Amino acid sequence: MSTIGVSVPRVEDERLLRGEGRFLDDLRLEGALEVAFLRSPHAHAKIGAIDAAAALALPGVVAVIDGRETAAALEPMVFDIAKIVPETVREATAPQVRVHPMPALPAERVTYVGQPVVMVVAESRYLAEDAVDLVAVEFEPLPAVVDAERALEPGAPLVEPDWEDNEAISFSFERGDVDAAFAAAAVVVEESFRSHRQHPSPIETRGVAAGVDPQDGSLAVWSSTQTPHLLQDFLARWLHRDPERIRVRAPDVGGAFGVKHSCYPEDLLIPFAALRLGRAVKWAEDRAEHLAAATQGRDQLHRIAIAADSEGRILAVRDSAVMNAGAFNLLGLVVPYNTFTHLLGPYDVGALGFEMRVAVTNTVPTAPYRGAGRPEAVFAIERAIDRLARQLGADPADVRARNLIGPEQMPYETGIVYRDGSDQVYDSGDYPELLRRACELVQRERFEATASERRRIGVGYAIYTEGTGVGPFETARVRIEPSGTVKVFTGASSQGQGHRTTLAQVAAEALGVAVGDVEVVGGDSAAVPSGFGTLASRTLVVAGNAVSEAAAAVRAQALEVAAGMLAAAAYELEVEDGVISVRGRPDATLPLGAVAGFLTPFNPARPRGAPPELAAESVYRPGPVTWAAGVHVAVVAVDLPTGVVEVLRFVIAHDCGRVVNPAIADGQIVGGVMQGIGGALHEEIVYDESGQLRSGNFMDYMLPTAGEAPEFELVHLDTPSPLNPLGVKGLGEGGAIGPPAAIAGAVEDALADLGVVVHRGPLGPSRVRDLIASAASAASP
Amino acid sequence: MADPGAAREVRLSVNGVERAGTAEPRLLLSDFLRHRLGLTGTHVGCEHGVCGACTVLLDGEPVRSCLVFAVQADGAALRTVEGLAGEDGELSPVQQAFHEAHGMQCGFCTPGFLISLTALLEERPQASEEELVDALSGNLCRCTGYANILAAARAARDRAAEGRA
Repeated sequence: MSTIGVSVPRVEDERLLRGEGRFLDDLRLEGALEVAFLRSPHAHAKIGAIDAAAALALPGVVAVIDGRETAAALEPMVFDIAKIVPETVREATAPQVRVHPMPALPAERVTYVGQPVVMVVAESRYLAEDAVDLVAVEFEPLPAVVDAERALEPGAPLVEPDWEDNEAISFSFERGDVDAAFAAAAVVVEESFRSHRQHPSPIETRGVAAGVDPQDGSLAVWSSTQTPHLLQDFLARWLHRDPERIRVRAPDVGGAFGVKHSCYPEDLLIPFAALRLGRAVKWAEDRAEHLAAATQGRDQLHRIAIAADSEGRILAVRDSAVMNAGAFNLLGLVVPYNTFTHLLGPYDVGALGFEMRVAVTNTVPTAPYRGAGRPEAVFAIERAIDRLARQLGADPADVRARNLIGPEQMPYETGIVYRDGSDQVYDSGDYPELLRRACELVQRERFEATASERRRIGVGYAIYTEGTGVGPFETARVRIEPSGTVKVFTGASSQGQGHRTTLAQVAAEALGVAVGDVEVVGGDSAAVPSGFGTLASRTLVVAGNAVSEAAAAVRAQALEVAAGMLAAAAYELEVEDGVISVRGRPDATLPLGAVAGFLTPFNPARPRGAPPELAAESVYRPGPVTWAAGVHVAVVAVDLPTGVVEVLRFVIAHDCGRVVNPAIADGQIVGGVMQGIGGALHEEIVYDESGQLRSGNFMDYMLPTAGEAPEFELVHLDTPSPLNPLGVKGLGEGGAIGPPAAIAGAVEDALADLGVVVHRGPLGPSRVRDLIASAASAASP
Repeated sequence: MADPGAAREVRLSVNGVERAGTAEPRLLLSDFLRHRLGLTGTHVGCEHGVCGACTVLLDGEPVRSCLVFAVQADGAALRTVEGLAGEDGELSPVQQAFHEAHGMQCGFCTPGFLISLTALLEERPQASEEELVDALSGNLCRCTGYANILAAARAARDRAAEGRA
């Protein structure tokens, strides 16, 4: 029986339910010192004198380290990925990318509120925080710039004085005759749409701990990271140490959503302190630090125009976007280029003109946040299509249907180069059917029945495509133990996605063993020599296929050895439930574990030259990304007097290829949608004009609760990917891509008779009240 | 005069076991449980009383252990996630329901949800849908989208009702 496609109960749950999980701050490192940071209170300032005498005099304080001290030992941080531009991308879009290095602790200047300035190491976090209060830093405030458009204006304060302006990235693309299409169009809509800044904010914040091995001086690092191997490589380079003498482990990680992917100053500083002090050192971020100093997401403004014929068929799209990188360009093209390649999504559009400018500002750096540039693209194009439908007086679902790429056009070449340098080709999917299925499930009438003059009902749509399973690679090692247990080691770690269950299912299928006999180990740089990590909706595609390949290889190996043991030919053997049998000889059976046992060096009868264990490794390097897709439909009620928006029902039609564990897949999708709902309605990172963070706690940055959860209706229309042996597509991010656009469309629909246009979120009560009021004043001359 | 910031002895019962430790007056109950008593199942997500991950039962009432000083809990009876399973180690109906309904992903917020729901169902075994939503709205989850948490809550309530019938 296949173990793929079954909702196997998660093996992760039991420990977590009993309170036996081991998250970063749960690790008890004997004698560990704890760290607190003095963080910049200014968005932009020169650092003057630093007086740490009083802090150092406090009993229990071990060290106070500032940027002048680290400057001698730690080169400023630069991420190679920020500078990577594949040749084909360069030819197609001529990107200009500038990176200025980020000091772990700045010596001269601070460039955002929350930036670490001084690290205090003490016997406890309480004492470290006391000492932070006693460190006196002279700051000389400088003019700051917060808004990306403002940052690109001539004369704006410079975030990086070595540059002549604040532009970190620009690129552009044109295909087809855009001007001619606009000149010939029956209808043109043009609007500005903003994807406001948000925060990933998993419930577990970040954290790092490090210790030095007393015997050989090697460094043990624990980090709540998505990418332990990348962190290992990063530390090796920045601490000038052999990577083999650094072991990075991610323990249980309490959610991530992109925010635990970057290497941060703290990731470097904690190991640095442990090495310098020769003691274990731990830093567990608090929520105030997390909201101020961990990477944020979104923050793009699009000026988008659509040219269409009188039937609503889109002839051309022109989009000019500006994105806010924050104080450092951490990851280069990753997010803004994703926005570009996902702008047209499922639509068949002849002509496209696109330009993107990314500015550095005096705010915390932005980085991928669940969707990573895609929700921004979808908000722009889907909002514009809603405006087009309104102008035509047409049903927004119909206008979308008229423009969708049909299944008969698959594989569909978009004519765009993807970020990995390959041609962007949609490999599979049926977008019209996804839309049709979603529309069938909306049940608008049921909710219309509850409408009144005060309570308005609206329906909104968003359709998206998502490139998933990006490379470069993932590794897996599969070993069968003499006990019959199968161990799977992978470079991809988990932050709640349930990989210990799904990857066990994949291995069990390839090997012919029970899922319960498979144990998956991830998140340890010592488990496999190289790895990449969990991000970008890639683990099932890339790690999944690596596990499947390694398991198949180990199966072949086992059968070869078993053939000798059973006096049969390998092709006569089959494996079921962990037992090898010979076809036609019911008595000739052998547990897989016995084969492993036969190979142990303790067995005097083992064949000469045989390997010491039953194991195989695989490196899976995917080709181009595989394309998942989804249709989201939101049904909302808007209460006119209060401006409260309630999401009543949320319909999702999803294509994520072959599904390994339906319960886990649906959980990922619904969780993503709820995160998108939070961003659509409540969550907003706000900086004031001077760069002070105004949403630095959970009362000002409001995550949605169970009370805001709508009824979800989820339907799968999964088309297996032809691009990888398992036929899977990624699904971690998809849920979060559509909700902001679908909900904005629904609110606009609910308030259509008032003439409201939604240009940005979040659609909290005060913004909705303002929209209603300004529409009313525009209507009365 | 004695140093008002000096550590003092705190004695309390945790999951039916008498425990003692020293705590400075400013030490949070969450930190006392986690770092002095080694009970790390209670998690800290915000330290300002919003996320609910650190919820414990203090003399039967759900409280945010990040908003209580350890010294305030002197003499109290606490229940934490480590004390939810039965004496034979069997998962409680609430824990079991979270597993079966896939009401958890990363598991970091889960202990707080388990405690909040346990408190509600002990007080209101036949809690209405509205009461379930209300009781769980004090806990934040960033992974699940709440749908499966609410499904778990309904299942736990219904199972408890079957047990009584």
